[in-house]
Order: sequence, then structure tokens, then C-alpha cells
Amino acid sequence: MKVPFEKLDKAFENRLRLQIMSVLMVNDRYDFNSLKELLDTTDGNLASHLKALEKEEYIVVHKAFLGRKPNTNYEATAKGKNAFKQHLDALEQLIKQQKTK
Amino acid sequence: MKEKEIEDELVSIRSMMERSSKFISLSGLSGILAGIYALIGAGLAYYILYNDLPDELNPYKNMSGEFKSDSPGIVRGLFFGYDSSITVILLIIALLVLIASIGTGIFLSFRKAKSNGQPLWSSTSRTFLFHMAIPLITGGIFLLILIFRGHYGIAAPVSLIFYGLSLISASSYTFSTVKYLGLCETILGLIAACLPGFGLLFWAIGFGVLHIVYGSVMYFKYDK
Repeated sequence: MKVPFEKLDKAFENRLRLQIMSVLMVNDRYDFNSLKELLDTTDGNLASHLKALEKEEYIVVHKAFLGRKPNTNYEATAKGKNAFKQHLDALEQLIKQQKTK
Repeated sequence: MKEKEIEDELVSIRSMMERSSKFISLSGLSGILAGIYALIGAGLAYYILYNDLPDELNPYKNMSGEFKSDSPGIVRGLFFGYDSSITVILLIIALLVLIASIGTGIFLSFRKAKSNGQPLWSSTSRTFLFHMAIPLITGGIFLLILIFRGHYGIAAPVSLIFYGLSLISASSYTFSTVKYLGLCETILGLIAACLPGFGLLFWAIGFGVLHIVYGSVMYFKYDK
């Protein structure tokens, strides 16, 4: 049986992007700084991966101000949530296949 | 992709989902210690209530039996007589138990968060505290109102019920064990409300014994 590698989402190939998406699956919104703390990464790295997910239309950005400080929140779109679920399904299938091999 | 890699992926997904939405730095040990403080406090309160005064002068004696503590004579006694000092002492004991429990909880959570490499003050812990604080502060203020209006008999059930509700409300943001502790406390509070006179006993079971049981379960389930 052929392994459905093509079913894995290219956008989630990167571990950090997958983790960002995991966080946004269970939280309605998550802000940049909390995300940075949780994932233990740098501003630039996180920003570039968020940008990539935004480009795929998997997440949307909400910019707001808390007092004078900018506060950027991220939210997963329906498209993003679907893509994430399909990616998980594909991972699950891969595991099943390898177990029966 | 190797099987190991896929499993790593899945582990990281699960851990991110949990760490971002649940406050997991709660320590089982702090539950056990809070239970012990509560039992010590209840023991002290029992001693002060039932051994300090001769029977005929002790208005609290009536608590073991009827709701006499609600009668106006005792309210007067509490505010103008010798026994106001007892109320103050009991409130101080309760406050000390509360401070010691919260202090231990914060300290042990801080230690656990540090060893997990997580910040203690995160958006998750803030959500957790917010959902816990609403019923808890409401209950606390309500309790003080009851005490100052002289309704001592109902103080223990009210504190158990509100504490239980605050745990249930916060439990979506932490380990699910907390929800069961909350349910037990609430039910215990309702039973206590039906059985006036055993307030201190139920209080000791709810805040002492249940915390020790819960703490042990948490300790063996997550801390080991």
C-alpha cells in the first residue's frame, strides 16, 4: 500500500508552524508574546512562520493596542482548522500503515 | 518520515495544546499540605470553641445541635461581649490557614513551572485564576456578610459550596481531577447545610481530608 505522503500539508512541515497551529486549535485567540514564551523562540523566527501561515490563510491577525503597547492576536481560520485536521489524519494513517507492515 | 518522527510530531502537538490551554503547574504536594494546615486549623478551632469556656457561657455550644447561633442574643454577645474575641480568633485562624495554603501553592507551583521550563504568570494561569476568583471572592464576601450578621451555623456549608463551585469553574483550565474535587466539595457543602451543628466537622473533611486525598491522587498521577 502506498504511503500517502502527499496528504501531509507542506505548510506544517515545519515543527514550529505545527505547534502554532496546535495552540490556535484549542485557544480562540493567542497573542504574540505568549506564543513566543510558550514556544521558546525568537521574535524573528516566530514572525516569519506566522507570516507563512497567514499567507496560506490558515490564520488571521488581529492588531490592537493595549494602552500604548501594540498587542497582536492570532486566530485560526476555518480553512486552517480543516487543514490541521487533515494533516493529523494523514499522520494517523502513516502510523497505522507502519504498524501493520 | 519514520514512525519515531511522526510520534514526536504528535507528542509535540498534544503538549502544545495542553500547555497553551491548561495550567499544569499545580502541584499535588500543595494539596496535601493545604489539607494538613486545614486539619490543624480545625483542631485549634475545635479546642477554642469547646474547651475554652464553661458550657453555660459558651454560645457556640449551641451550634452542636440547633441553629441557636442565629438568635439575636448571641449576635449581641458577639459584638458587645467577651465572645467577639472568639470570632476574631477564629477568623484569624481561618485567614492563617488560607494564607499558608495559598503561599505553599504559589511556591510549589513556581517550583514546578520552573522545572518544566514554563512561565508561572502566563495567559493560561491568568485565565485559570480569573475563573477561580469570581465564585471564590463572591463566596468570601458573602461569608463575611453572613458572619457579621450572626449566621455562624451556615458559614461552613457556604464556604464549602463556593469553594467547590470555584474549582469546577476553573477546572476547564487545568487537570480534570480538580473538577472532581470541586464536585465533592459542593456536595459535601450541601450535606453540611442539611446537618447544622456539624459545620466544623464537615469543614475539616472538605478542606482537610479531601485536599489530602486529591493531593495524593495528583502527586501519584502527575508528579511522580
